[in-house]
Parts: sequence; structure tokens; C-alpha cells
Amino acid sequence: MKQVGEPMSRVDGRLKVTGAAKYSAEIQLPDLVHAVLVESTIAKGRIKHIDSKLAERAPGVLAVLSHVNAPKVPGYAQRDHPTEPSTRGQPLRVFYDDKVYSNGQPIAMVVADTLERARYAAKLVKVEYTKEEHQTNFHANVEKAVLPSQAKKNPKSPLADYVRGTEDAYKTAAIKLESEYVMPSETHNPMELQAITAHWEATDKLTVYDKTQAVKGTQRAFANEWKIPAENVKVIAKFVGGAFGNGLHTWPHETAAIIAAKKVNRPVKLMLTREQMFTMVGYRPYTWQKVGMSATPDGKLTAITHEAIGQTSSYEEFTESTLQQTKMMYACPNITTRYRILPLDVSTPIWMRGPGEATGAFALESAMDEMAHQLNLDPIEFRMRNHTDTDPDKKLPWSTKYLKECMQLGAERIGWKNRSLTPGAVRAGEWQVGYGMGVGTFGANQGGAGARARLLPDGTIIIQSATTDIGPGTGTAMVQIAADALGITPNRIKFELGDSAFPNSPSQGGSSTISSVGSAVKEVCFTLKQELQKLGGAAFSGAKTENVMIGEEGISLPGNAAAVSFADLLQQHQLESLVVTAEAEPGKERRHYSLYSFSVHFVEVQVHPVTGVIRITKIVSCADAGTIINEKTAANQMIGGAVGGIGMALMEAAVIDHRYGRYVTKDLAEYHVPVHGDIPKAEVIFINKPDLISNPLGTKGIGEIALIGMAPAVANAVFNATGKRIRNLPITPDKLLI
Amino acid sequence: MAEEKACNASSPDAEANRQHNEARRDFLKQSSILTALALAPATVLKAADSKWDEKVAEKFEKVPLTLEINGKKVQLSVEPRVTLLDLLREQLDLTGTKKGCDYGQCGACTVHSDGERINACLTFAVMQEGKKITTIEGLADGEKLHPMQEAFVKHDGFQCGYCTPGQIMSAVACIREGHANSEDEIREYMSGNICRCGAYSNIVNAITEVKNGGQKV
Repeated sequence: MKQVGEPMSRVDGRLKVTGAAKYSAEIQLPDLVHAVLVESTIAKGRIKHIDSKLAERAPGVLAVLSHVNAPKVPGYAQRDHPTEPSTRGQPLRVFYDDKVYSNGQPIAMVVADTLERARYAAKLVKVEYTKEEHQTNFHANVEKAVLPSQAKKNPKSPLADYVRGTEDAYKTAAIKLESEYVMPSETHNPMELQAITAHWEATDKLTVYDKTQAVKGTQRAFANEWKIPAENVKVIAKFVGGAFGNGLHTWPHETAAIIAAKKVNRPVKLMLTREQMFTMVGYRPYTWQKVGMSATPDGKLTAITHEAIGQTSSYEEFTESTLQQTKMMYACPNITTRYRILPLDVSTPIWMRGPGEATGAFALESAMDEMAHQLNLDPIEFRMRNHTDTDPDKKLPWSTKYLKECMQLGAERIGWKNRSLTPGAVRAGEWQVGYGMGVGTFGANQGGAGARARLLPDGTIIIQSATTDIGPGTGTAMVQIAADALGITPNRIKFELGDSAFPNSPSQGGSSTISSVGSAVKEVCFTLKQELQKLGGAAFSGAKTENVMIGEEGISLPGNAAAVSFADLLQQHQLESLVVTAEAEPGKERRHYSLYSFSVHFVEVQVHPVTGVIRITKIVSCADAGTIINEKTAANQMIGGAVGGIGMALMEAAVIDHRYGRYVTKDLAEYHVPVHGDIPKAEVIFINKPDLISNPLGTKGIGEIALIGMAPAVANAVFNATGKRIRNLPITPDKLLI
Repeated sequence: MAEEKACNASSPDAEANRQHNEARRDFLKQSSILTALALAPATVLKAADSKWDEKVAEKFEKVPLTLEINGKKVQLSVEPRVTLLDLLREQLDLTGTKKGCDYGQCGACTVHSDGERINACLTFAVMQEGKKITTIEGLADGEKLHPMQEAFVKHDGFQCGYCTPGQIMSAVACIREGHANSEDEIREYMSGNICRCGAYSNIVNAITEVKNGGQKV
């Protein structure tokens, strides 16, 4: 039976529901000790003095480390500012010098024999500073925004200013709008706190159990930092308790733990606190946007100008694709985009699920709704009238695009016909009822990846790749792909991930894991069949590889001809097992097309006119993501993205008290994320049509489009319910009452 | 500047407290060393070399604790400041109970204490003296999964799996409490367990199925 598409239960489900799955702070090693970080309490300046005497004398303390005495990291760049190519540059060099770049920066560390002792002693470390005036207020500093250096160097960079048609053409149009939008900083806050267990197995051999989305990338980063060969660095991440982007980068706390392990010559475990998750592992940057838009009276877009300024740190340039979709989403002759970044005295942001696109979509899809309202048009009809069958930016055909179908199916399911064009016209008791929709898109990316397959004499097949699973169900999907490629049942196949010793795989980011690693798995299965055919000798040599059948105990040809057992095959060739590897690269035909996943999110909201309370009463998300490998896990991922989008729309905001340049929302009581009570039953619709330009599996990716477009859907629904247009997220009740 | 003042304002108390603690520790060290000296003077020099004074002091700082964890009686000696969560994770290798915030805000550390759901991060281990603690590791009947565990797998009530043990422990208690009579009631009474991956719909489906299945939980 074909496995791809089946709602198979997760292969690691049992481990997760019994507590047997081990995350990176749950590894038992002999002589393991604990590290706790001390953070800066100023946002900018220098460390004048660190008094660690009391901490050193505290019971159980093995070391108190800071820039004064920490072992030097040989690979730290020896320049004043650590900026390298944007985002991929060297992150903050922990314990490098006396400089403080942000509040909450790790500046010292206590290592002790128990967690309690380390935590207690960390409180005894006294730090004196020379303070400098800090700037954390985005709006007070907005004049200092700059073009990213990548765009300065290369005018063709996607981050450079972009004009198609006439620049700012909307300004002279008769029907136009101009709106400003604010996306506050958001923090990923996966449930698992960032954690690492670092162990120097020899002076030049490092093993880390680390929360990362990229075991290979992390391996390279630490090999560079410690100037040791990559193969001497072993990165293990068998289970990752969510990440949403904050595991795409290595962070100072990871290097700190490695420094500690070096210093005390014992394995060190370091788990961040929830407060530290706001300052040490990135966040979605505070972003201001402005959209100018014009249209003809019959609803054809004539121009869009989309500007964005995103926050970054003073020491690293962080950029994201906030404006990309504005260039390609709608048929529109005149497009202008301008992207700037604003360095502030804060830590560096990092991509957070549906990264810049989700921020951009909030502005673009809100503006589309505003224009539809101005034209007295149904927002779906307005989008249909501006549908484009080719990518107007790249001037290439789409590989596949079922956006219209998504809109139609979703509208039907949500009950769009109950929506009134007039805001505030529909009521349920005393509650105002509104319907909204928003479109999401993200590139259908694929990276080169490898996989290894091992056949054991009993017919078990173990497939390995250095990918990770932050929650989408990577292993489960890979087993299904392999089962189909080999024509065997899934229970014969084991997929292993999260180990840097496995064949190369890109990071689990950008919705590309199935396309990249899945293609490699399919490829390695074919290679395995080829090898088995070769081992089978003359009896198999004339057959097509596709026709070689893999059975319970051995291989055969149709009609059970030439059957031979795995055990015999291996024995004949004096093999304990058969190991093959394969790689899959993105296909050349991709160059001739524009490849994107699309989603349309629909919500029904109820707003209480007296209290401003907003409740989401219905969610329908429809995705054009190519082939769906596993209906159950894929739908779960879509629901999860919708929940993230609702958090973005209604509650999430990391707020800084600018007097101190310090977050005041530093835990889950202050930084609100959606809980059970906020989320109704969510429905998911998949178009489920393969995109064979994308890759041989036909997949386009789900992770990002699950979230992108949801926040504007909610904002648009709130407008439909109340007539109030909130452009400054999150949409909290106070904003509706003013 | 105001911030530094605020820090200073609170520091005399903290300082006094610290001095008290340090003094107590010094006293413990001295008295235990004196005792040791009285009993076996020859060993004292060696003891100081090996930081045995620390080890002796440590003894005084720990208190005996008896718990029944997953049906097994355990006798422990713990510092009073150790939370139940850290005891389970760091000392007993019961890492199925997860740390997600340490403030009782996320529910990842939910366990049962005498059958009731509690946040293990919000209780010192010593406060559970004599209690029966059940963690996710103790929910299944040997190899046979608990119906709630089965339902979570079937309905895909998780993604990354980190909040899952807490969700499951909470879900079992939710049914036992009689708070699972409708989907809305389940949502309300499960709202202390955050799932950042957002698998909420599936979790509610799993709980509903177990509740309607009428199996003993």
C-alpha cells in the first residue's frame, strides 16, 4: 500500500508520550556539572569590575568565568565589531571583552556541582559598569535607519530598493490609500528552554548535545570557533523541543557552555531561564511598515509602494525578506519597495517562523483589505481581479499555483457568504461578528542533502541524514517516503536524524526539509535497490531496477523469480550489512520557473463591543503546498502555524522599558502566547497536487505558509466585525475601545 | 539611575540575609569540624585538604525526604531549596517531566501529587513529604500505554513533544476532576498547559475521545 499521503502516526510518538524522548538538557554523563549565566543589567557600556570572590567561595562552585579569566576562544574574530556577512556573521563573542551591547547580555558564568549551587552563586557575582547612553526606542531613532550593507554592495540584492514601472506611482492616483503598520518584537519562546550539554572528550574533540535546527551548521560553527577539524566536533540533537527559527544560529550561551567545559574539564550542562530566552536567542524584530496602494474603480491594482524598517543589533546586521511577496503576489504594473534596518542597543534578531514574509504579509494583506473596503468590493473578489498567472517579479511561470482554489475552498468552509460588506453589520447576541482572510506565500525551497541507507540481514533498513526534527514529524515523513520508494512496509524502516556524523543536510528552516532531505531519502532508496540488484548477480542483471522487489526476507523479480534472501546476499559478498549513500540536488528545471507555496487563512471572530474582548470562533486554513506526505502531521503543522498567527495578531509583544533598555515582558505571564482557551477547532484544507518542478516528491513546504497571512486575516476580521482598523499589533482590547 | 537606586534600596536586606547564611554555614563548618576533631583528630588535616568540611556542612543542609514516586518508595536527602521538578530531572533522571519556565506559567512540569495535578516547579521537594508522585514515566502500565497516551499518538496531540508529558498528566487529571464534559470545558481547564507548536485542536480531540470512551483513567 502506498504510504505517502497516509495519516500515519508518528514514528517517535511513543517516545514523546512516555517521557522517554531525551532533549539536550536530559543527557546523563559522568561528572556532569551545571553552568548558570550572569547577565548585564545595563544596555550599553563597559564592565568596570567583576567581583566574583563571594561566588567563588560559595559551596560547590568550580569556576566563575567572565571576559577577565575565561579561556580564549581561538576562532573569535579579532576586530572591534564582529559583523561579517549579514546574519551569518559571528554572533556576540561571549566573554570576549568588557563591552556591553545590550541588556541581558551574558557577561559571566558560574559552574558548580549542582544546579541549585550554580544558581545561588550566580546571584553573588557583583558587577560594576561604566554606563553609556543607550538607544532602544525604535521610533525615537527611526531616522538612523540604514540600507543593509549587502544592498549597498549589490544593487541587485533582493534587499536593495526596487522599482517596477513608475516609482511611487500610487501618489498621483485618484483611488489610493497610505497606511502605516507596526509589528512589535516577538519571541519564539519554544516550550523547551534553549539548552546545551557540552563535553570535551579530548583537548581537540568536542561533543555537544544541543538545541539546534542545524547539526551540520552548528558543527561548522564550533569547529571554526575552536579551530579544530569539523569531524572532531560532534553535534547531537535527537529531539528538539520546538525552535521556530531560534535554533538556526549558534548563540553565546552555547559557546559559554563549551568554554566552561574546557575550563573545568568536565561535561557542562547549561539551560537558559525563560527570561534569558528574550535576550539571548533572537526574536522577530520590531518592524515599521508603510504601504501606499492605488487601484482603478473596477478593482485593478495600479501601484503598490511598500516600505519597511526592521530593528537589528548594533553589532550584527539582521535582515529578512519582508517585502519579497509584494513584488510577486498581485498583478500590478507599478511596484516600489524600500527596506532599511535600524541598529539599536539590543541583541540580534533571528528568523522567526514565516520570518519577514509574515511581517510583510500583515501590512500587504491588511492594505488589500483596506482597498477592497474602499472600493466596496469583496476582498476575495478584489484578489481574484488581481490574480497573476506568472511571477511579475521574476517574469517566470509559476511551477504550480492553486491560490484561487484555496480562496474558493476556504471561503466555502468558513461560511464567507455570511459576511457583510458593511462592517459591524453581523451580530451573535451582543457580540459583533466578523470574517477576514489573508494570503500567505513562501518560496518552495530546496537545498542539497544526502542520506545513507543500511540494510541489515534481517531486512531492516536504517536511513540516516543530518537533519533535525523541531516538531513537524520529519522522521515519520521520511519513513513514508522510503517505504514507497522501496515498496515495503514502514515498520521495516528506521529513520535516524540529529547527528552531525550523518550525511549532510541543510538546517531545518525555510520550509524545505521534506523537499531537501525527502529527495535524498528517495534517491538513496533507489541506490539501495541498484546495489541489491548488482549483488543479486546474473539473475537480476537484465531487469529494470524499478522492477526489483524488496520483500520481507529478500529480493526478487516479478512472479517471485530469482528470489534470494538478504542474509544470503550479504553472506555471499562477505558483508555484515549493505551501506549506500546518495545525494539529491535541486533540479535544473527549477531555474525556469518561479516556485512558491501559497496559503489562505480564514477566521471568524466575535468582538464584544463593551469590553473589546476578541474571540476567534472559527479557523480555516487552506494550503497549496504540493504533495502532502502525511495528512495528519501536515494538518497539525498548519494548525500550529494558525495558532502562531493568532498569537501575533492578538497577544504577542516583547516590550522594552526604554529607561533601562530592558524587556519588561520576560516570562509567559507577561508575554502572552495562545493557550487552549484561545483557540477553537481549526480546520485545514490541502490542495494536495504535486509540484514536480519543485522536486520528484512534488512537495513545496508548509512550515512558513501555515503562519504567514494569519495575522492580517484576524485584523481584517476584526475590522469586518467592528469597523476599527488596527495597524499596530497586537490587537488588544484597549485598542478597540479607544 | 533609578534602577540602581532601586537595587540599592533592597540590598541591605539581601546583604543581611546573605551574611546570616554565610554565618550559619561557617558555624556549621566549625562545629562539625570541632566534632570531627574531638572524635578523630588525626583525620582533620586530611579532611580539610579534601574539602570534607564542605561535605560535612552539606550533610547539615540536607533534610531527609520520603516520597513514593511512580509506585516506588524512595528515601532521599535533599537541600530544602530543591524544587520537585529539579529533583526529578537532575537527581532521579526522571526527565519526562519538563522544565518550560520555572514559574508555573506553562504547565510543562505537570505531575500528580496524591492524584492531583500540580506544577512540579512550584513546589519544593520537601513539601511533598510522604506524598505519592506520579510522573509521565509512571503513567503507562508497563509496555501498555495509558489510554491518554494512546489518544495523543492517534490524534497527533503534539509536535515537538516537549509540553506533551505535562499536557498528558494534566489531561488525565482534567477528566478525573470532572472537567472534561465539553470541548469548551476542556479548553478552559487545560489552559494552564501551553503548547507553543499549537497542537491544541488535536489535544482537545484526544481528551474528548478518552472521556467519551469511558475507560478508567
